[in-house]
Amino acid sequence: MSLRIVVCVKYVPDATGDRHFAEDLTTDRDAVDGLLSELDEYAVEQALQISDEADDAEVTVLTVGPEDARDALRKALSMGADKAVHVDDEDLHGTDVFGTSKVLAAAIEKTGYDLVVCGMASTDGVMGVLPAVLAERLGVPQVTLLSEVSVADGKVTGRRDGDAATENLEAALPAVVSVTDQSGEARYPSFKGIMAAKKKPVEELDLDDLDLDGDDFGLEGSWTAVDEANARPPRTAGTVVKDEGEGGKQLAEYLAGQKFL
Amino acid sequence: MAEVLVYVDHVDGSVRKPTLELLTLARRLGEPVAVHLGAGVETAAPVLAEYGAVKVLAADAPEFNDYLVVPKVDALKAAFDAVSPSAVLLPSSAEGKEIGARLAVRIDSGLITDAIDLEAGDEGPVATQSVFAAAFTTKSRVTNGTPVITVKPNSTAPEAASAAGSVEQLSVSFGELATGTRVTSRTPRESTGRPELTEAAIVVSGGRGVNGAENFHVIESLADSLGAAVGASRAAVDAGWYPHTSQVGQTGKTVSPQLYVAAGISGAIQHRAGMQTSKTIVAINKDSEAPIFDLVDYGVVGDLFEVVPQLTEEVKTRKG
Ligand SMILES: Cc1cc2nc3c(=O)[nH]c(=O)nc-3n(C[C@H](O)[C@H](O)[C@H](O)COP(=O)(O)OP(=O)(O)OC[C@H]3O[C@@H](n4cnc5c(N)ncnc54)[C@H](O)[C@@H]3O)c2cc1C
Ligand SMILES: Nc1ncnc2c1ncn2[C@@H]1O[C@H](COP(=O)(O)O)[C@@H](O)[C@H]1O
Repeated sequence: MSLRIVVCVKYVPDATGDRHFAEDLTTDRDAVDGLLSELDEYAVEQALQISDEADDAEVTVLTVGPEDARDALRKALSMGADKAVHVDDEDLHGTDVFGTSKVLAAAIEKTGYDLVVCGMASTDGVMGVLPAVLAERLGVPQVTLLSEVSVADGKVTGRRDGDAATENLEAALPAVVSVTDQSGEARYPSFKGIMAAKKKPVEELDLDDLDLDGDDFGLEGSWTAVDEANARPPRTAGTVVKDEGEGGKQLAEYLAGQKFL
Repeated sequence: MAEVLVYVDHVDGSVRKPTLELLTLARRLGEPVAVHLGAGVETAAPVLAEYGAVKVLAADAPEFNDYLVVPKVDALKAAFDAVSPSAVLLPSSAEGKEIGARLAVRIDSGLITDAIDLEAGDEGPVATQSVFAAAFTTKSRVTNGTPVITVKPNSTAPEAASAAGSVEQLSVSFGELATGTRVTSRTPRESTGRPELTEAAIVVSGGRGVNGAENFHVIESLADSLGAAVGASRAAVDAGWYPHTSQVGQTGKTVSPQLYVAAGISGAIQHRAGMQTSKTIVAINKDSEAPIFDLVDYGVVGDLFEVVPQLTEEVKTRKG
């Protein structure tokens, strides 16, 4: 039996760009170029490695996002994923993590899965909770924040480096995992991979296709509201001195003046 | 007055500082009821009471240690059902966020993660968050259900305010999912004897400029002279010079100390995301063009191997 792996990837505004809020206080997705979240590249990489280890496996990349989010899917396909699913619906603008997880869960069930692989957090929202919520919705084990992961004999095992301890985890498939940026560098798409990706199937779905009702989603359906967004006042440029042999002492003098010493 | 559930982060009953901050914030919203899971409630309860817990709901079971996250969600849900609180607060640790998020799904409520401040508002708690690598500050509310909010460490100074803190046993029945992910082994992190990175008043971080694990003692000596925690950039962590638990930034820890010292760190956006809200920032870098200098209150352009040891000596002398 083939191992069915679904990788959840998000299309995000480039973190090195100048990110802003739109008038409705959602992320302004026009202000900055978008790309496949760098943290989701690690998820694609681990999925591909698990797939390589398995006798027979299929990797599907899945995104919920606007039309441009296809770019993220293309990137993942050119890294080596087999096919893609894109959920795009105008009713989804402004959807929160609970709505997004509902859509992802429905799309994952429709696709069929043994293993779901997520990134540790999206580089725009950075909540880092979606994988746990997805596991709750799908009713399967959550094996999250792994810096090492492997699949064998119908089980997923992995290492979670927590604040207080390092834990080794084990769960039976089907399961939802998320991997951190410590899990191993993601591969670059090869030229061959980029060419091959153009021919790989991308399934387009909207909420109707998933039997979901638009009213539950979008800004209206969101259970949190942002009332204010204010740019942090830029830090006023401080004093910068060149070390002429007394730099450490000058710094100490400054710290003493600020009552740190 | 409305009750507010506070999830207790502790190690065998020794309560971690962020929980005391949560209790302090919870008192702005109502009466804190602490939820203590696992061993050590006898040790924890007096501390929780001192910081304002009117009640401590306690449950202990092997499941909390043997399986990941979900048993704790089951227990917090039981506490929620027993109390019907007006809000639920958890620490913004990886685990705290996951527990909070799953609880929020179960109780059909909105979730706010990584709040840095919390006030009572006409329509429920108002949470301040810092977003887009700390370039923006937002104020948000939960508009559906009982707000579940995770709060970052160092968001407020813990203030004692004695309350009864009577311990009540919480009865928990675990659902089918509780035993889904087994913890097959656990290696507790060894204590460095230094303050916790996210809780420290002063953080001294080293980056690629430190140029080797064998040189990190330069950073550590300065940290020790200041009573500071030690941090590292991802470049230093990826090179294997310092453990990942010390990484500051987007995929590491967010710190907001009174003083942040960056040595041999360029100041990439992903690093800034984790330290930009520090009160005072100083940097030592040999490149005067390094972006970190855009953020500093005081910067020294120079070789860290000259400047940092000199600073350490001077700190020691001044502190006597
Ligand atoms: C998705 C993603 C997540 C990331 N998350 C994080 C994160 O959480 N934390 C993080 O830090 N980074 C993170 N990064 C990486 C980040 O982009 C930078 O690569 C990293 O912060 C660089 O570390 P650095 O400043 O130590 O190294 P460099 O950028 O190489 O800078 C080293 C600096 O040291 C100076 N220097 C060298 N020698 C000396 C000397 N003898 N004395 C004084 N100065 C000297 C140099 O002038 C230079 O400015 C992330 C990147 C991505 C894509
Ligand atoms: N819109 C989305 N489409 C697909 N996957 C997503 C989406 N949003 C989040 N994810 C996945 O969930 C992970 C954590 O996201 P978050 O909880 O938003 O920080 C990401 O790394 C992705 O794997």
